[in-house]
Amino acid sequence: MNRTSPSSQGSSSSAAAGPGRGMGSVPAWRHRDLLSLADLSAADMNRIFDLAKHYLPLVTSRGERSSHLAGCSVVSLFFEDSTRTRLSFARAAQLLSADVFELTGKGSSTSKGETIFDTAMNVEAMGIDALVVRHNMSGATKLIADHVSCSVVNAGDGRHEHPTQGLLDIFTIRQHFGPDLAGKHIVIVGDIVNSRVARSNIYGLTTLGANVTVVGPPTLVPADLECLGVTVSHDLDSIVSEVDAIMMLRVQFERLAGQAFPSAPEYRRRFALTRERAHRMPDHAVVMHPGPMNRGLEIDSEVASHTRSVILRQVTHGVAIRMAVLRLLVQANERGMA
Amino acid sequence: MDRLIIKGGRVIDPANGVDSTGDVVIEAGAFASVGGSADVGKGDRVFDASGCIVCPGLIDPHVHAREPGGEEAETIATCAAAAVEGGFTSVCCMPNTEPALDHAASVKFVYRQSKEARRARVFPVGAVTKGREGSELAEVGLMSEAGAVGFSDDGTVVASAGVMVKALKYLAMVDRALMQHCQEPTLTSNSVMNSGPMAVRLGLMGWPAVAEEVIIERDIRLNRRIGCSYHVQHVSCAGSVELVRAARADGQPVTAEASPHHLLLTEDMCDGYNTMAKVNPPLRRQADVDAIRAGVADGTITILATDHAPHAKELKALEFDAAPFGMVGLETALGLYVKALVEPGLIDWPKLIEMMTINPARLCRLEGLPHQLGTLTVGRQADVTVIDPAESWQIDESVFAGKSSNTPFMGWDVTGRAVGTFVGGRTKLDRHGRGGE
Repeated sequence: MNRTSPSSQGSSSSAAAGPGRGMGSVPAWRHRDLLSLADLSAADMNRIFDLAKHYLPLVTSRGERSSHLAGCSVVSLFFEDSTRTRLSFARAAQLLSADVFELTGKGSSTSKGETIFDTAMNVEAMGIDALVVRHNMSGATKLIADHVSCSVVNAGDGRHEHPTQGLLDIFTIRQHFGPDLAGKHIVIVGDIVNSRVARSNIYGLTTLGANVTVVGPPTLVPADLECLGVTVSHDLDSIVSEVDAIMMLRVQFERLAGQAFPSAPEYRRRFALTRERAHRMPDHAVVMHPGPMNRGLEIDSEVASHTRSVILRQVTHGVAIRMAVLRLLVQANERGMA
Repeated sequence: MDRLIIKGGRVIDPANGVDSTGDVVIEAGAFASVGGSADVGKGDRVFDASGCIVCPGLIDPHVHAREPGGEEAETIATCAAAAVEGGFTSVCCMPNTEPALDHAASVKFVYRQSKEARRARVFPVGAVTKGREGSELAEVGLMSEAGAVGFSDDGTVVASAGVMVKALKYLAMVDRALMQHCQEPTLTSNSVMNSGPMAVRLGLMGWPAVAEEVIIERDIRLNRRIGCSYHVQHVSCAGSVELVRAARADGQPVTAEASPHHLLLTEDMCDGYNTMAKVNPPLRRQADVDAIRAGVADGTITILATDHAPHAKELKALEFDAAPFGMVGLETALGLYVKALVEPGLIDWPKLIEMMTINPARLCRLEGLPHQLGTLTVGRQADVTVIDPAESWQIDESVFAGKSSNTPFMGWDVTGRAVGTFVGGRTKLDRHGRGGE
């Protein structure tokens, strides 16, 4: 995959430009947009992680802010429902002192038959630095990025990707195990083929050298997935004792076309992280979930709340990751480096 | 007497076993002589065909003219103009218009629009079922009498086995082919591209090859004792080629068509959410492309068809899921067939012409009365295409005479192009002023 900055803007090969503000001597960030983790190198991701680590204390500081994006405007343009992702981006922009505006697909011009790129171009024409876009169709955020010159952050496009979720998940794993993920065994369980969270994690984790196994029913975890460089399994019991981190995806009934498995109890029997399965995990292993959880379905309540669960840390990290992403993209775009 | 002499070309007429250098003489819109050397008399018009192939007018049995209902993308007149540009003298338009071509009046409407356009001939393919809804048989007998040249619910499949059996029986009686769009619907709901690695990467819903294969296999079994002409439209995968090969070896009246894009492109073309590559059935993998080419080479697939599917720019600019299926093909087909089939040595020029003239003519019942097309037979109406097999050209916006230019082949260099198109003896295309006006 090579879809780096599909913009009409200038060259994307100006990697040798000067240092970023207050960030020492590091190569200039080259990406105007964040649409897919398939577009990022390990160095790109580490750059985001370093900056997120720098911002993390602000997220919990109650009151302190950075002024890195003071005077900048960020619009979240959500064509699909969201609660936490939108809030997380808004919080991130706020902590960078950017102005934040929100536009939802419903009730806006989108329901009158305007194309999504016309909507985006209109928003941009009001003087916007970054668009945070969610849409229920794969590739929709790229379509918007192809039409605007401000930065675009993909906040979830259909079944394709949710790159900031992937970054915050990987950041959480790094915070726990240290920065070297080579050889770490990360297991993702659930509806993989329809999951944008899974795809982003797979791209990011494999780029960083982790071993990824995806587990779920064959209707949702087809053998075709091996083309992404992962191991496909339908047997969680045989794997659970060998994990470093296990990521339980939400069973997304609203996104499942037809009947993807016989029943919730049958799904639980094979693919839920039950208390019994959690006990068989190695002591050092952590439990993750991108939320929102179906407690008692894909994950037992006590597992979700157990000390080995890092689920709420994921949420906190999400704000820091989004701060890092917004800052890198907007500043690179302003300086014409993207 | 008004005479046109197409002079000095390589005359290829597969149905009559002709392949020799000579002249084709047209008088009063009909072939007066074919082959040999004609003396140029006073007042005769001469078209210089030296270095060119002279063959029966090309026939495309599968186009979408979009009229009525989709006139922003194409009309019967603009489709007929696109056909002439690509060297086609006859095209057969699918009934998935709005409303559908599902009764005799709409069949006659196509003939009327075609006649008024005065470009290529446009023949109507009628719907198999009322409104193409798959539940009730349309008036196929009355449509046949009105001039429908075949039947299809193209764009969708005749899904019900019960309806299919009725349709096969009825069409066998009225002697028309049933052209099936082979797509098992429950395996392809919301599908927008081939089921495979690229769909996994892009997060798009896959359309598995088996959804095509199960319909072909079923239909061949249903038709075994009925014996209707059964035609597989736009073959897209290796398994379908195998099924058609076996049925033909078994003596079943089964034919199949291949389209330029399925002979040249794979699912990789969809990367980056390229809606120009969104087509139904979808572009598949290299093994499928190779199998379809092999099917052409060994005579399993006997017909070439563009599935010319114009769409307005605005619609192809949408999200991949929202953009319509299909690509235009009439103006680019010849050069692309040459690239896929002749240049690699899979077939020669006479075979290519057979697959673009007499074979589709037989499928669509155009060879016999009243149309008598697909050959260079003396006395018949003179539809002729002159092809320069050496002309190299680039596919770009400027080549499109039709209303739409949605093609994934933009920028491709191809060799082989129609330089003269004659319908009923009248010059419709004289690309380089070789004479004949």
